[in-house]
Amino acid sequence: MNNTAVKSSQPKIDSALQEKLALFVSLTPAFIITLIGTFIFLFWTIFMSFTDSTLFPGTDLIGLENYFKIWRFPRWQVATGNLFIFAPLYIVVCGGLGVAMAIMIDQNVKNESIFRAIYLYPMAVSFVVAGTVWRWILNPSTGVENLMHGLGFESFVFDWIARKDRAIYTVIIAQSWQHAGFVMALVLAGLRTVNRDIINAAMVDGASMATIYRRIILPSIAPIFVAVFFILSQWALKAFDIILALTEGGPGYATDVPSIFVRDMMFNRGQIGMATVAAVYMLLLLFVLMAIYYGYQLIFRKRVAQ
Amino acid sequence: MTIATTEQTLPSSQELGAMFWRFVLYAGLVLLGFFFIVPLAIVLLTSLRGQEEILKNGVLALPSEVSLRAWWVAFNESCVGTDCRGMAPYFWNSVKLVIPATVISTALGAITGYALTKYKFRGSEFFFAATIFGIFLPAQLFLLPTAQLLGLLSATNIWGLVLIHNLYGLAFTTLFFRNFYVQIPDEIISAARIDGAGFFAVFWRIIVPLSPPIIVVTVIWQFTHIWNEFLYGATFTTGTDLPITAALYAVTGPKGGIRDYGVEAAAVVIAALPTLAVYIVAGKYFVRGLTSGSLKG
Repeated sequence: MNNTAVKSSQPKIDSALQEKLALFVSLTPAFIITLIGTFIFLFWTIFMSFTDSTLFPGTDLIGLENYFKIWRFPRWQVATGNLFIFAPLYIVVCGGLGVAMAIMIDQNVKNESIFRAIYLYPMAVSFVVAGTVWRWILNPSTGVENLMHGLGFESFVFDWIARKDRAIYTVIIAQSWQHAGFVMALVLAGLRTVNRDIINAAMVDGASMATIYRRIILPSIAPIFVAVFFILSQWALKAFDIILALTEGGPGYATDVPSIFVRDMMFNRGQIGMATVAAVYMLLLLFVLMAIYYGYQLIFRKRVAQ
Repeated sequence: MTIATTEQTLPSSQELGAMFWRFVLYAGLVLLGFFFIVPLAIVLLTSLRGQEEILKNGVLALPSEVSLRAWWVAFNESCVGTDCRGMAPYFWNSVKLVIPATVISTALGAITGYALTKYKFRGSEFFFAATIFGIFLPAQLFLLPTAQLLGLLSATNIWGLVLIHNLYGLAFTTLFFRNFYVQIPDEIISAARIDGAGFFAVFWRIIVPLSPPIIVVTVIWQFTHIWNEFLYGATFTTGTDLPITAALYAVTGPKGGIRDYGVEAAAVVIAALPTLAVYIVAGKYFVRGLTSGSLKG
């Protein structure tokens, strides 16, 4: 009896210390990874954007000079211009397609899991794969145009991928193909949480299905639309592999975007200063998006709480 | 008589209307299905056709006779740059990369998520927020310092990529495990601690046995992302160290050398097959990771 009491009280002091040590040990990898991989690296990139680094990282500070100088690069102008064409259209096309698919699937469709699986599988393949396949389909000499010529429509033309003023729109097709199923999955999950009693009551009152969707169902899942908007806009900002595989930023630099600009300037053109400035501009854009998103969440929560 | 017929036709015309809309609905669903499935069908069919036939009939056509030639050539003989050993070595590169990177980042995420939810300390919430801070940041922000670090460690190879995927995978894995572990009641843990179980004993005997669902979600998430990752692979490895996505780009990219569409298509299928297989087998868990990973982050 005494013996056990001594035994269990003796390790207790040790065990408190042991527990602390165990906690410390278990969090050390995460601490090191986060400190170096996120914060020191982020600081280093931002720091480099204030230097005159070219081929090698240097530490001569030149203030905000790069931040102004970059706007005199025609290629950067094209890249940012493309982002502001590509992002809104992609969000509208991909988001609209996804929402439409979710509403269609929500109509007590037979074998809905098969349709869902088919709509969503592009999310599981890599951008390089998706880009390669779509390049064939869109390429005039191998794809749709060639097929139509073979079917006898000799004057059929679909050469957007090879045209400087149209190539960026082909990126929208390919990336919407890859992501629409994801939007569908999110929106469908939301639709399934809507209270059926309210819908049934509205139907008893004689409201049409279209009205019920417009007035009751879709407004009640507004937070999901905001989340979709945020996710798609940051995917638009990060789009990289798919553009490279589809057009390689071309023809010329007609489909260049900031994400490609950064890598090219950094590793192919020895312009580290310019590259890091472009990366920081991407970061700033992301911060704007996050501010909008969290601002909305704050307002929405307040409204729900009231 | 007349009353009876109108009574019969009225509901049936309503039914006809409903049937019409059902028809439109299913037609729309099937058309959309075609839009999503056709690109995959094209590569699959093209990979089964012969080169002469493709040149004669174009890329978008049905195979006139099935051959596995392109698959064999793509896997064993196609050239990446001047290296003509096929996609096989790059496929194995990706396997060698994806297994340790997935296992380590998942294990780290589990232990970090456990420590942050079940052993709360002053600042544990801040620690968590800092850990997942990087989740949305574009990879472009980390390219330069990562390149310098890998240069310093002279690890511009598969092991460097394993390191990178742990650096940038931990945020996601920690998020997954943390969100799962907050749902486990603290009482179970405190009961075990009263019985004398220490930090790691609780983890092994109580937490890990409860974790299979979230382990599956995390492993699938990490596997899919690491296998499909391109930017780091193409930037930080060269020559024979390329992972499959970067090698595929080298073969089929706009600057790729040969134009043997059958071989290219087979290479595409080979690169896409592992993640597609996972999707077919465990799609439910893939979707779960996708929705929770993107919404909570």
